[in-house]
Parts: sequence; structure tokens; C-alpha cells
Amino acid sequence: MRLTRRYRFSASHRLHSSQLSEAENDVTYGKCHNPYGHGHNYVLEVTVKGSVDPSTGRVTDLPSLDEFVQKEIVSRYDHRNLNEQVSELAGLVPTTEVVSAAIHARLDAHWPKALPQLDRVRIWETRNNIFEVSKEHL
Amino acid sequence: MKITRRIEFSSSHVCAIPGRSFEENRALYGEAANPHGHGHNYVLEVTIAGEPDAVTGMIVDLKEVKEILNLEVVKPFDHRHLNYEVPPFDKIVPTTENIALEIWRRLAPHFTGAQGRLDLVRLYETDDLYVEYAGEPA
Repeated sequence: MRLTRRYRFSASHRLHSSQLSEAENDVTYGKCHNPYGHGHNYVLEVTVKGSVDPSTGRVTDLPSLDEFVQKEIVSRYDHRNLNEQVSELAGLVPTTEVVSAAIHARLDAHWPKALPQLDRVRIWETRNNIFEVSKEHL
Repeated sequence: MKITRRIEFSSSHVCAIPGRSFEENRALYGEAANPHGHGHNYVLEVTIAGEPDAVTGMIVDLKEVKEILNLEVVKPFDHRHLNYEVPPFDKIVPTTENIALEIWRRLAPHFTGAQGRLDLVRLYETDDLYVEYAGEPA
């Protein structure tokens, strides 16, 4: 059984690679290269996989999952500038591919033993752009 | 190929293990342990897998799927209190996980292969919480 919980954070970012010229950055990232940055209401889906505990009827203890994701991700990403204020993104171009991989890695590295296994991270940058990462993608 | 049909039902429930104190159940299930009950607009997605028939071009007759979902899920579940009115939830806790398992049990015998097999049951309790069950050992 898989269980998916959805969280939200709002953050700003700017896409600019130091390995590309100004003109190349403009072509590559388009309006996301705007020097002042821009923001999104990101939706983060965290999926866990495990068996249903016959006494509780649950795959996971939801308050524990919520507390963990809140502490590791939402409280550190919400209303922040992803280029400047999130340590695991320092020096990286915060495309949503990079953000998804960083969030997956952070959750995986700090994952509490009491929770069922992390199956997948999916991020909706907008309602039309959706990115997903699981271990086999890394 | 897979085809997914979505239906909704609105039900009330209480998540509490009989014989445990309110405090214990509150610690396990949070607000859902409120003994007076509460409700959700559940959204159920049922996915059927198979190959389109060479003559009809259909994996499964959707009119029949609709009838089966109405008979097995909507009619017994919609506008009911799950704990009091929908067995087996008089005996097991109607968590989203257990409701999804019960829906799988009810639907699987109707979709056994010849006309498409049951592939996935995805049940949304709210926009922010859903479970997926594909018939694996629970």
C-alpha cells in the first residue's frame, strides 16, 4: 500500500548558470532568467510504501510523517529564496529537477526508522509542471 | 493500456480502536478520533488494465464499470456513517487504507481478466491525502 501526503511551500528562485554566458542563460532559461527572480506555490507530494498495521489500520503514523517533512523541508523552504537561503541548494541552479532531487536526498538522509520506506517525491512547480524522483532515478 | 474511472462519495467516520481510551486514540488518529464523527468527500479512482477489444475498441464497457462502482461502492457508502452502516467498519477502523482495501475486495471479483483486470484503487480522503492499493499483500 502506498500513502501520499501533500504539502505546500511558496518560494522564489532565479535560474542562472555560472557556466553559461548571459546570452546562453537567456536562451536556456527564458523568463526564469529574470535577474530579480520570481516565485511559485510549490506542492510537494511525499509517498511512503509499507504494509497496513492490522491494529491501527494505517500504513504510517501521519502526525510523525507531517512533523518530519515540516521540519526538514517546509519550514526551511517556505517563503524563502531558494538560491540564497536553502543550504542544500547552495551553488546549484534551483530548477525543479534539482530541487526535487535535493528534497529526496534530504528526506532520505534523515528518514526516521519508525516511518515506512520513502517511495517517491513529486513536486508541482505549477499546475502544469510536475517532477518526480524515486531512488531508482538517482 | 489502462483506463481510470473516478467517482465520489461522502461519508462520515470515526477513527478509534475499540477498547482504547480517547487519549490513546487521539494520539494515534488526531482529529479523526473525535467520537462524534466527521466526514469527507472521498474521491475514488479505479484503474482497469487490459487491451482494447479489436471490434469495440474498448478495454472494458464503461457503462458496466459505472454500474459496478455504483452497486459496490456509491450505493453502500455514500451519505452513510461508515462505522455504523457499512460492514466491516463496525469491526475494523475505517482509515483511508482500510477503506481502500475493502473497495479492492469488493471490486476485484468483477474485473478478473477477460474484460480487463483491476489494476489500481486510488482513494483520496482529501486533496492532501491519498492511498494507492494494487492488490499486493496488504
